Amino acid sequence: RTPTSPPAQSSSMSRPEHLAPPEIFYSGDEAKKYATNSRMREIQTTLSERALQLLALPEQGSFLLDVGAGSGLSGECITESGHYWTGCDISKDMLEVAVEGGVEGDMVLNDMGQGLPFRPGSFDGCISISAIQWLCNAETSQANPYKRLGIFFTSLYRCLTRGGRAVLQWYPENPQQMELVTSTAMRCGFGGGLLVDYPHSTRAKKYFLVLYAGQREGGKPHAMPQALG
Amino acid sequence: LVSPMAGASDSAALGIEATEVESKEREYDADFLKKMIGRIDWASFAAAAKTLEVSEGIPATRDALDEGDDTMMRKIHHALLEVNVVTGNLICTETGRKFPIQLGIPNMLLNQDEL
Repeated sequence: RTPTSPPAQSSSMSRPEHLAPPEIFYSGDEAKKYATNSRMREIQTTLSERALQLLALPEQGSFLLDVGAGSGLSGECITESGHYWTGCDISKDMLEVAVEGGVEGDMVLNDMGQGLPFRPGSFDGCISISAIQWLCNAETSQANPYKRLGIFFTSLYRCLTRGGRAVLQWYPENPQQMELVTSTAMRCGFGGGLLVDYPHSTRAKKYFLVLYAGQREGGKPHAMPQALG
Repeated sequence: LVSPMAGASDSAALGIEATEVESKEREYDADFLKKMIGRIDWASFAAAAKTLEVSEGIPATRDALDEGDDTMMRKIHHALLEVNVVTGNLICTETGRKFPIQLGIPNMLLNQDEL
């Protein structure tokens, strides 16, 4: 049988998490390239601003967690909008790009699938830009994505204040993954759900997991925000 | 931060040691400072401040804290928000495990056998 030529663009080419674990993919030169690529910066900034909008923070001076804070791009948006933040990421090189560039937030090197190492009720809210899809891969033979997703969402729930929100922008690979991640978040106690901006545009479509960790005392009940498009 | 060690409790405190410390000026924000004071483990903070030699004027217990005392609040602001460990370790007080800090970034990654 003659071999067929490979497809012009395999799905792996457009999904970085198929190529390498995040701390390898975002290492060294790649980390610097990511941080300086202006198209990338533009996309990440737009996504961060939208996530902050969806967070609907009641006041200035909130304290947020930025999961997958990487090079500090999304963190800068948080600072610009008058809030404080702490960032975490699994890529040492990306974090170093952020620290060397000078960011307001403190940075922590960790693996979100191992749990977020913060005291209960530390944060008023959480954003995450283009990060949580990495949880869906099994990087080692022992790593279990289901377990890691559960650990992540449980620890996220715990480190938010009562009534705090998490807005996690991500790229689901397929409907099964969408269902897995969303249902795991619900199982861990979160209210809310998946919000899709521009659902009819393949190019512009963006997925945000909008989650609530309980109800603020005496606060307004949560309502899912309106999607764009 | 709390210890992510599997064996440690939900809120296992972290001790600190440092070989390189820096101070980065941050705008004083009384509301934010009060919020943070309410969320930290005061005993750990006081111990860390002592280790880093910035505990002068900082009460050992939160009960002794006077939010109306501007001098005290500014000392807390300095220790909590301006003093950074650049190189050192966070230490799990329950297991003794050290989490190295480099470039001001604590490495909280657990090894496979610690999960």
